[in-house]
Amino acid sequence: MSKPSFVYVTYIRATADKVWSALTSPEMTAKTWFGVRHDTDWTKGASWRLVFPDGRVADSGEILEIDKPRRLVLKWRNEFKPELKAEGWSRCTIEIEPASGDAVKLTVTHQLDGEGDKLIKAVSGGWPRILSNVKSLLETGDTVMKD
Amino acid sequence: MTMIDVTRFTPKTVYVTYIAATPEKVFRALTEAEFTRAYFSGLAVKIEPKTGGTFQLLAPDGSVHIEGEVVEWSPPRRFACTWTVAGMPGFRDLPACLVTYDIEQAGDAVRLTMTEAHQWDIPDGLLSGGRAGWPAILSSLKSLLEGGKALTIKMEAPTEMLAALAALKR
Repeated sequence: MSKPSFVYVTYIRATADKVWSALTSPEMTAKTWFGVRHDTDWTKGASWRLVFPDGRVADSGEILEIDKPRRLVLKWRNEFKPELKAEGWSRCTIEIEPASGDAVKLTVTHQLDGEGDKLIKAVSGGWPRILSNVKSLLETGDTVMKD
Repeated sequence: MTMIDVTRFTPKTVYVTYIAATPEKVFRALTEAEFTRAYFSGLAVKIEPKTGGTFQLLAPDGSVHIEGEVVEWSPPRRFACTWTVAGMPGFRDLPACLVTYDIEQAGDAVRLTMTEAHQWDIPDGLLSGGRAGWPAILSSLKSLLEGGKALTIKMEAPTEMLAALAALKR
């Protein structure tokens, strides 16, 4: 059996730099990612946390690979839901590639290291909302889901 | 009425996207040719809008690329049809799949869920074409409805899918 995983692809009419920024900068994640911000210095091996507006830590881990604006690999563990945290580490890979038209291809792959279905189920619900927001914000100037 | 037994189909590929539009607009975009020509690889949808009616996606030259039967026609919440690739050699003989679009209100927006389900133990390689195609098609649909302009994405040839088909025929 392959490891539990979720893959989502979307095409966005924007530059790779803009897509990278929409997923990483605090000004943009405030809109696209329902208010969370990344707490990291964006270097390979650095610690990484995703922090809610009220300061609680949503997820934590480490920057495993970073090649701005093409590829980001995060070691990722949920911190705010015990049943998700219990499933342990996962790996989230974000890839941004030129597509052979007027868009870039954004691929998010989230794979659990061990066994379990709760974290992958949770991120399967979350990523389409976040990535739909990224696309809408960059193409139209406004997000599609506010909360 | 339809003779299709949907319980025989198992979901294999699911794609969810959120679109700033009304359910009615999304339903029209999925079922009217003036929209599909813009975002669905130039294909024009042609539907008999009733359960048991015919479903087709026509190439610009009028040839039938996809054909099937309407399994559920429930505007603006759900549209389902069987789906056979008639326009690619070798695919016509494969068991039809079932494509279902579910349209739900989500805040001020719409959650569109596309589910591709199969009635046989289809090899992963044959699923690769859809898994590559749906994100491009539905991303383009979202762009069209939100900004008025579809994307122009040139897809690579479905080499993995064609290889899987060749392996199946051996």
